Amino acid sequence: MDLIVFWIMAPVSVGAAVLMLLQRNAVYAALFLVLNQFTLAVFFVLLDAHFLAAVQVIVYAGAIMVLFLFVIMFLGVDRREALVEPIRGQRGLAIGLGLLLAAGVVLAIGLGIGLARAPGPAPGGDNIEAVARVLFTDYVFPFELTSILLIIAAVAAMVLARRKARGLPDLADEAPAGREPERVP
Amino acid sequence: MRTPIAFFLVVSALLFTIGTVGVLVRRNALVIFMSIELQLNAVNLTLIAFSRQLGEVNGQVLAFFSMVVAAAEVVVGLAIIVAIFRRRVSANVDDINLLRW
Repeated sequence: MDLIVFWIMAPVSVGAAVLMLLQRNAVYAALFLVLNQFTLAVFFVLLDAHFLAAVQVIVYAGAIMVLFLFVIMFLGVDRREALVEPIRGQRGLAIGLGLLLAAGVVLAIGLGIGLARAPGPAPGGDNIEAVARVLFTDYVFPFELTSILLIIAAVAAMVLARRKARGLPDLADEAPAGREPERVP
Repeated sequence: MRTPIAFFLVVSALLFTIGTVGVLVRRNALVIFMSIELQLNAVNLTLIAFSRQLGEVNGQVLAFFSMVVAAAEVVVGLAIIVAIFRRRVSANVDDINLLRW
């Protein structure tokens, strides 16, 4: 049963990733990435990581991809990507080196298959409970640090994407921030 | 029968390679970003596969942290892309070849 689900999902996963690469339209690329992330969530369930499967669907396929689609729509979807190669032969070289990388990594997995072939012991008890216990005891300090990281990221996003950024020299020809209300007679 | 961990590792390797090629080949900054996300997801799959193999949840906690970092990275990165797009109307990485503008 496990193997059947895996063999259905693995081609879908890799196929969605390849199609994401081949899409000229960024929206379709984002949707293929969503499909890929759903298949990864299925893999997480197969690996008994139920908590992370839920997080994968909610955070990645939900929040992050909605953010991506928002920015794609914001920037305009009908922009065509330039087909010129700035470095001669870059595309072929990249694909060739990519195949080399894949061959190398798969070879490394093949060499280490003695480790991976042994069936892992079934984890006892609830996965969510086990993750929570480790997360809130051994890793409680890094967990608090991630909250600081997220706050910094949110503030940074607001500062970067603000419409009228102060202190940047070539905005001087535009109206300074806060001038607009004074124009009202 | 349980799926051997090596199968997941091979899928993860393929996804990581596709993401790498995507970063090298594509010119659209947003699609390059999606390829980076693909690479991060592939690494998460590896972490969880090894976590399952070893029968403990430390790898899952690490994957959880990598998801948090990826979320922060996406937020800041997309804000940078929007800020660049405001200055020069382009999401093509070849147009952005100066560190200052």
